[in-house]
Amino acid sequence: MTAPLVDICSVSHRFGQQTVLKNVSLQIEPGSYTILLGPSGSGKTTLLSILGGFVTPSEGKVLIRGEDCTAVPPAKRPTTTVFQDYALFPHMSVGGNVGFGLRMQGIDAATRNARAREALALVGLSTAFDKKPHQLSGGQRQRVALARALVVEPAVLLLDEPLGALDLKLRRQMQDELKAIQKRVGTAFIHVTHDQEEAMALADHCVVMNDGRIQDEGPPERVYARPATRFSATFMGESTLISGAVTAAKDGTIAVATQVGPLSLTGALPAGTTVALAVRPEHLVLGAAGGAVGLGTAKVSDVVFQGSFKRVLAVSAQDPALHFIAKVAAAAAVQPGDIVAVSCDAGDIILLAS
Amino acid sequence: MRSSTVAKAIRILSGLYAIAIYGFIFLPVVVLVLFSLQATSFPIPPFTGPSLRWYDAVLADTRLTSALVNSLLVAAISSAVAVTLGFLSAWGFARFVLPGSGLLRGLITLPLTVSYLIIGMGLLVLFNWAGVPKSLLAAGIGHVVINLPLCFAIIYSQMGDHQINIERAARDLGAPEWKVLLLITVPVMAPAIFAGFFLSMTFSWDEFVISFLLTRFDTTLPVEIWNLLRSGLNPKTNAVGSLVFAVSIVLVVMFELMLLRRKPA
Repeated sequence: MTAPLVDICSVSHRFGQQTVLKNVSLQIEPGSYTILLGPSGSGKTTLLSILGGFVTPSEGKVLIRGEDCTAVPPAKRPTTTVFQDYALFPHMSVGGNVGFGLRMQGIDAATRNARAREALALVGLSTAFDKKPHQLSGGQRQRVALARALVVEPAVLLLDEPLGALDLKLRRQMQDELKAIQKRVGTAFIHVTHDQEEAMALADHCVVMNDGRIQDEGPPERVYARPATRFSATFMGESTLISGAVTAAKDGTIAVATQVGPLSLTGALPAGTTVALAVRPEHLVLGAAGGAVGLGTAKVSDVVFQGSFKRVLAVSAQDPALHFIAKVAAAAAVQPGDIVAVSCDAGDIILLAS
Repeated sequence: MRSSTVAKAIRILSGLYAIAIYGFIFLPVVVLVLFSLQATSFPIPPFTGPSLRWYDAVLADTRLTSALVNSLLVAAISSAVAVTLGFLSAWGFARFVLPGSGLLRGLITLPLTVSYLIIGMGLLVLFNWAGVPKSLLAAGIGHVVINLPLCFAIIYSQMGDHQINIERAARDLGAPEWKVLLLITVPVMAPAIFAGFFLSMTFSWDEFVISFLLTRFDTTLPVEIWNLLRSGLNPKTNAVGSLVFAVSIVLVVMFELMLLRRKPA
């Protein structure tokens, strides 16, 4: 096993009285696309600033390529950042912007212009070399910022909500391009976002953060299918959460008393443990011909047509505090006010300790 | 019908009022410039010009021309120093968390509210004690004292947060701190820096009290004009006054161009 490219060891950080990172450890593999996903205030941006050298953590260490970089200033560490507002130099041409890092390394003008042109070609902006940043659109500025950060061949590229300022269509398009560019250059990307769709589309490795801690990390497919915590079950895609308590455990099967009645599940938790059962919207079945596990009946409160499917919200008849979120076929005849049976397959229930 | 007549009367009256105000402001200048073109020896009606003989007389007077050069030198050098110091202090206050930042910012702009006479007298006492002779250098230092707060205020007001990330980006790409300042912050702040420079030039150029108190043999143009006025009015004083006014206008226009030209990036 090779050493990780970046090794964050038990990092904590405080701003004044407020602790924004609590004992965070994380390894980044070479050539990976890592997404730090979390709501605002989750500490993801602080973690990125610590990686970039703009913030020195109160406790813990950051190793990059095996070297301790914890207190190394941004200029001296092998990372570059794509800022949320792009932070292009307004008085320089696009070529001057992209070549700036090379200029700081003392590389001669001819070489750096050639390399700046290459980097611009990589992001599909070869014609913009002599333009000024204010002559470009938002998406183009984004690409210039990317080229400027990549041209110095960093060990790690840090992206701080790089798509946040773009409109939805452009965001999806840039998302595909980011992934393609990352595969082509092979640099490790660490990308901060609060958009879970962006996270699922881009990440090789998805890190879900909340309240200064890592809630869950792994391939996005795994994080989605088998979230480790309640938070990641609801933040990385939606889930219906049914709370309950284990009443008996025997031979890998547990009996759980829930809001919708007793259920029998596979699991190995001791009796008395309080749990949450998460079910993804696409796994909930509405109507009589349902799955193996009955979840009682519910009254449909809202149906939202979303093009390829309908999103149905329903309130449990057994416990009005329980709200089901289900995804049904666009053609399904569901109306607000309907009383429907709710069920799912046993394998689709995600058992979470709570 | 009647209401439209009233409206018309109000329009005419406000027009007259505007003319009176602008007349009050500009008439002295117009009279000054007009009688600088007088052909005879007294700057009083009737107007006998136009003639450039008094401008010739000014340019032939070596005391006036050397004072003019002195004034330009003092203005340019003291403004350059004031704008440099003002920029550095604005950058420091905008980018670093300093203890007592608000109080220190207040102190640095405080000289704006103190009269030039007090500043001049203070410097006179101080220089006397420190053994700095009365000279153009002493007057230049005085001009830095009055213009630094102004440059600071102009540049500080234009130092926004969005530039912080631009500076960070430069650091991130390997720029040492002095290169960040020289290659990024100064060019980005150029409009405010030039605006501060030209406004300082304008104030230094026709500043009288401090120059009067702090210079002796070589002196600046306003002080030399004052010397000239002591021997009574003649069209030569009008001509030199018009020259001072023309230079001031150029400086103020430069200042306004710099401040208005800036565009958000």
